[in-house]
Amino acid sequence: MAEAIAQLVHDGDSVAIEGFTAFICFAAGHEIVRQGRRDLTLIRMTPDALYDQMIAAGVASRLVFSYLGNPGVGPLHCIRRAVEQQLPRPLEVEEYSHGGMVARYLAGASGLPFYPLRSYVGTDLPRVNPRIKFISDPYGAGEVAVVPPLRPDVAILHAQRADVEGNTHLWGLVGVQKEVAFAARKVIVVVEELVDAAVIQSDPNRTLIPGLIVDALVVEPFGAHPSYVQGYYDRDNEFYLEWDRVSRDPATTSAWLDEWVFGVRDRAQYLAKLERSTLDRLRPGSRPAAAVDYGDYR
Amino acid sequence: MIAVSPTEQMIVSAARALAGVRTVFVGVGMPNVACNLARLTVAPDLELIYESGVYGARPARLPLSIGDPTLVTGSTSTVAMADLFGLYLQAGHVDVAFLGGAQVDRFGNLNTTVIGDYAHPKVRLPGSGGAAEIATSARRLFIMMRLSNRSFVSKLDFVTSPGHLTGGDARARAGLAGAGPELVVTDLALFDFANMEREMQLVSLHPGVTREHVRDAVGWDLREGPAVAETPPPTAEELRLLREELDPKGLYSRG
Repeated sequence: MAEAIAQLVHDGDSVAIEGFTAFICFAAGHEIVRQGRRDLTLIRMTPDALYDQMIAAGVASRLVFSYLGNPGVGPLHCIRRAVEQQLPRPLEVEEYSHGGMVARYLAGASGLPFYPLRSYVGTDLPRVNPRIKFISDPYGAGEVAVVPPLRPDVAILHAQRADVEGNTHLWGLVGVQKEVAFAARKVIVVVEELVDAAVIQSDPNRTLIPGLIVDALVVEPFGAHPSYVQGYYDRDNEFYLEWDRVSRDPATTSAWLDEWVFGVRDRAQYLAKLERSTLDRLRPGSRPAAAVDYGDYR
Repeated sequence: MIAVSPTEQMIVSAARALAGVRTVFVGVGMPNVACNLARLTVAPDLELIYESGVYGARPARLPLSIGDPTLVTGSTSTVAMADLFGLYLQAGHVDVAFLGGAQVDRFGNLNTTVIGDYAHPKVRLPGSGGAAEIATSARRLFIMMRLSNRSFVSKLDFVTSPGHLTGGDARARAGLAGAGPELVVTDLALFDFANMEREMQLVSLHPGVTREHVRDAVGWDLREGPAVAETPPPTAEELRLLREELDPKGLYSRG
């Protein structure tokens, strides 16, 4: 992980660590903080506790997003402090709705100059974000909102498993992982398990990201904690509730970063620090899919 | 029997409004409990659609977040974001959606973005999420919010999601596909928009709540429907499902 971040994430880059509640690669975000990156543009539909931590640590000067909350819990206090009080430093925001972010990724991923969507009519979002525009439908059906392509310098995407070429299987909440991967200039894939190519090829429908567009592959078990990986571990809701308390105060936030980010060398040390009971608590029961038969054709 | 809480009344009223509905875009918290209650009572064919990208969810536990893994396991389909917003929502497959906000105005426009000025907000709120698209394209919109004059305001600080805009046929003229807000479910009363001006009007008071109480909690001169009913209280069975099966810890239903 340290090597992938050192090589591919630079000061001033735009970085998208995506995953809708699931598959959020906290391990990568923490490594970026440890390596002291500055002036990043952080991109995520739902910044989540991870970007709250990264912004508290001062790595970002800009945030592109569509929903600023601690899911199911409340506000993201560190980002609120940055926006409301410019602490620890000012944070420029570029705001969309979910549909708008999805459309931006789609445009970026498919090489289009913009992407149309049914949204923003009658709202104040285009007033505060001039990149949201309306154009006249060339086929005569009135006005439609458009958004420009989004092409992050680096995308970091977590998933269950990949082969050594980076061909990646993902199941569960698919989110925008595929679109972000195709939209980004560089892609880091982080997986729970490295598997043989034969495993990937046994179920090609499950391959969301082809190795073709992957620049670095990192194997990092539990790398998404306190987010989750379907079938591998549960979302650590207790952590998200705890983060609400920790993040209310800049001092307790700094202490948390010192202990859990700066105070550990890597994710392995972070896991060693987590209580055994936490990992046990997050292990789900088993609910396998029925096997499918692709057929043997020769 | 423990007395019915205002929140329980709110959840039960929302669930009943889903009678016969096929697809609902579920929000987390109270709407989530209401949709699951509806599936067990008035709407057995209800398909739960979650913004995180799940169609036909069958949660085995009450999820804290809308992206909980229990929503995926045993669901009919997981749906990529692009398909959820494009093929399901924008194409008109969402019959009813629930939204709430920090502020709502008399035409059901909602603010979830900022209190105060956008550039220098007094309070920075979460923002749209999918709300702008949901309010645009869901066929029918139900608003679920606690009633208070801090949130039922005469003018929004920011319009995040379109309701009936400036009222009357403004919404249709603007080309918005969905029919817009139809019902407002609160802890004290129910409101609809069934008039020419598409203005929020009081249609039902929850048991024990007075008109004066409701009027005081609304930041404009509140209109009343042709008849103001008393909301039927939860049945014993609705309360049992709520308290014993759906939310046994009372995380969302107490208070």
